[in-house]
Amino acid sequence: MAGIVGYGAYIPRNRIKVEEIAKVWGADAPSYKKGLMLEEKSVPSPDQDTITMAVEASKNALKRAGLDPKAIGAVYVGSESHPYAVKPSGTVLAEAINATPEVHTADLEFACKAGTEGMFIALSLVQLGAIEYGLAVGADTSQGAPGDPLEYSAAAGAAAFIFGKDKVVAEALQTYSFTTDTPDFWRREYQYYPQHGGRFTGDPAYFKHITGAAEGILAKAGMKPADFNYVIFHQPNGKFPFRVGEMLGFTKKQIEPGWLVSKLGNTYSASSPLGLTATLDISKPGDMILIVSYGSGAGSDAFIFRVTERIDEVKALAPKTRDLLDKNKVYIDYGVYAKYRRKIRKAE
Amino acid sequence: MRDVAVIGIGMTKWGELWEKSLRTIFVETALLAIDDAGVDRLDSMVVGCMSSGLFIGQEHLTSLLSDYLGKNPVPAARVESACSSGGLALRQGFIEVASGISDIVLVGGVEKMTDVTGCEATYALGTAADQEYEGYHGLTFPALYAMMAVAHMHKYGTTREQLAMVAVKNHENGSKNPLAQFPFKISVEAVLQSVLVADPLHILDCSPITDGAAAVILCPADMAKKMKKPVVRITGSGHATDTIALSSRKDMAWLESTHLAGQKALAMAGQKIGDIDLFEVHDCFTIAEIMITEALGLVEQGRGGKAVEEGLTALKGKFPVNPSGGLKAKGHPVGATGVAQAVEVVKQLRGEAGERQVKGAKRGLTQNMGGTGGSSLVHVFEAD
Repeated sequence: MAGIVGYGAYIPRNRIKVEEIAKVWGADAPSYKKGLMLEEKSVPSPDQDTITMAVEASKNALKRAGLDPKAIGAVYVGSESHPYAVKPSGTVLAEAINATPEVHTADLEFACKAGTEGMFIALSLVQLGAIEYGLAVGADTSQGAPGDPLEYSAAAGAAAFIFGKDKVVAEALQTYSFTTDTPDFWRREYQYYPQHGGRFTGDPAYFKHITGAAEGILAKAGMKPADFNYVIFHQPNGKFPFRVGEMLGFTKKQIEPGWLVSKLGNTYSASSPLGLTATLDISKPGDMILIVSYGSGAGSDAFIFRVTERIDEVKALAPKTRDLLDKNKVYIDYGVYAKYRRKIRKAE
Repeated sequence: MRDVAVIGIGMTKWGELWEKSLRTIFVETALLAIDDAGVDRLDSMVVGCMSSGLFIGQEHLTSLLSDYLGKNPVPAARVESACSSGGLALRQGFIEVASGISDIVLVGGVEKMTDVTGCEATYALGTAADQEYEGYHGLTFPALYAMMAVAHMHKYGTTREQLAMVAVKNHENGSKNPLAQFPFKISVEAVLQSVLVADPLHILDCSPITDGAAAVILCPADMAKKMKKPVVRITGSGHATDTIALSSRKDMAWLESTHLAGQKALAMAGQKIGDIDLFEVHDCFTIAEIMITEALGLVEQGRGGKAVEEGLTALKGKFPVNPSGGLKAKGHPVGATGVAQAVEVVKQLRGEAGERQVKGAKRGLTQNMGGTGGSSLVHVFEAD
C-alpha cells in the first residue's frame, strides 16, 4: 500500500514573542495570549525563504526515506509565499536535492492548504503507478501586515513528505477533500499583505470546511473519532484546533502532540503538515492518524494514515520537529524582526 | 390627531447573517409583520437605516426595498438619525397615521453591517459623531462612551462592577430571547476579564456589530379594533436633539435629549414614569443604560449604577429594563434597533414574550438614541 516513506521538518531558529509585538502596537498582549493561545512565533532569517526551507525539510525527508533522489518522479511545493511570481520554487528544490532532470514539478498555491494538496497529488501519482516516488512540501514565510492581528501568528516553516510503495512509514488509508468558494482571506497581485474577513474566517470558513472534510473522510472510511490515536487540524491560532476537535468529538489528548502553534505560530502551508511530522516523531507502529488541513478560499484536505513498524527505524535519522521547535532558539526584538521581514527599507 | 395602533410585528434571528443580503433580511422581516397584521395593502413605508451607503454601497434604499417587497408604487421614505434611525422611522410612521395622511403604514428598520471589515464598520459608525471636532481627532464610539463612563464614575462613584452588571442582566434576559444574536449568560468576572476596548469599557460592555431588521405595521386604532386584532396603541411620542459633540455638552454624565424626549412622550401619553411596566432602552454600551435610567427618571441622577446593582432594573425588578436582552445581547443593527424595541414592547403587551414575559404588562416604553445622545426618541405603548 502506498504511503509516506520519508518525512522531514524545518523551522527557522528565530522567535519573537507576542509581548514584543504587542508592545510596539500598544496592544493587550495577555488578551492575545489567552484569546488566541499564542506565545511566540518563528521568524525566517534574511537569507531564508520558502525555497531554502523546502530544501531543508526535503533533505530531512530524504534522510528518513534513505532514497536515491533520482528515484523521485515528481516534486510539488505548496506555498503562498513562493519567492518568485513567475519561476517555480520546485525547480530549485529538485535541483538542490539532485532529483533533476527526469522529474515532474509544479508550484501549488491554495492559501494554507497548498502543502496538503501537493501531498494528495504526489500520493495519487504513486498509487496510480505513474511515478515510483513523489515529494510534496508545504512551506511558507507567511506575511501579516504590521499591526494586523495576523502579525502575531504569521510564521515560517516547512514540512516535506516522500510518498512511495516500498518501505512505507505510514500507509495512506483514505483521502478526502471539501472545497467551496468562500472568500475569507485573499491577496491580490502587487499587494504585499493579505486581507481577511475578520470573524468571517471562523464559522463559515475554517469550521465549516474542517468539519466537512473530517466528517466526510470518517464516513468514507467508516471510522469514528475514537478510532484514532492522533488528530491534526490546521492551526491558524491555538484555539481553533481544540474548538473544531471538540465539535467533531476528538479529545485534547489526541490533538496535543501535533499542536505546535502556541510556540510556532501559523506556518500556513506547513501548519498541519508540521503537526503531522511532530506526531509521526512520537507515534508507534499501528497508530492511526487523521490530518485535516484548511486553506482559505476555501478548502480542507483530509488523510488517514496508519503507522507501520518502519517508523522506529527512521525517527532518529533526521531532526525531530519538537527539537527544532524547542531547542536552539534565538529571540529577536521587533526592530530586528522588522529588518528580517523587510519591513524597513534600506538605502540602496 | 387620530389614535395609532400597532397591529403587526416582525423580526427574524439577528446575527452575522453572511449568507443574506440587506434586501433579503428586510423583506423576510416585513413579510412577517404584514402576515401578523393580516393586511392586504400598504399605504406607505418608512424605513430607518443609518448607513447603507457605507455598509453596502447602496443609497436610494426604499425604492429597492419596496420593489423587492413587491409593493411598488407605494410611497416609501428612508429616515436617518444615526442609531436612532429606527425610532425616528417609528415616529414618522406614527405622525403619518395620526395625521390622517395614511392608514396602513409599514415601519421598518434594517442594517447590514458585516459585509465590511471591522475598521470600515467602525468608520461608518463613527460618522454619527461630529466628524470635524471628534472623528478627525481619532475618537471612536467606544472612546466617547468611555469618557462618559469615566465622567459618571468620577461624579457619582459608579463602579466598574456596576457597568458589568448591566451586561450580565441583559445577557440573562437575552438568553431567553431566541432571536437574539448572543442568547447566552455571562458573569461579571467574564466582563471584567474580557478584552479592554477603551478604558474602562471592555468588549463585553459594548453592543456588537449585527445584521438584522425589524418591522411593525401601524394603522388608526379604530381600524385596528374593527379588525379584531390585539390592539397596542402608541400613546406618546417624544423626540429631542442635543449637541452632536460630547465636548459641547454642559454635563458629560447626563443625557439631556433622552430626558426631554421622555418627558414629551410621557406628557403626550398622560402617564408618569412610575406607571410604565417595562422599558426597552438603548444600551449600546453598559454606561448608556445607567445614564438612560437616570434621564428617564426611573432613578435619581447618579443612582443608575446602584439601581442595576440592587436589581431594580432586572426582569423581575420594579422597573424591568431591556427584557429582550437589549442591544448588548440581542444585537445592534443600528437602523433596526429602534423598531425592534417596539416589536419587543408589543410582544410583551400582548403577553407573547414567553420566558422573558413581564407579568401583566400593560404599558411599555422605548428609548432609542443616536450617537452619544445627539438625538433621542421615546415612545409610550399601551395595551387596550
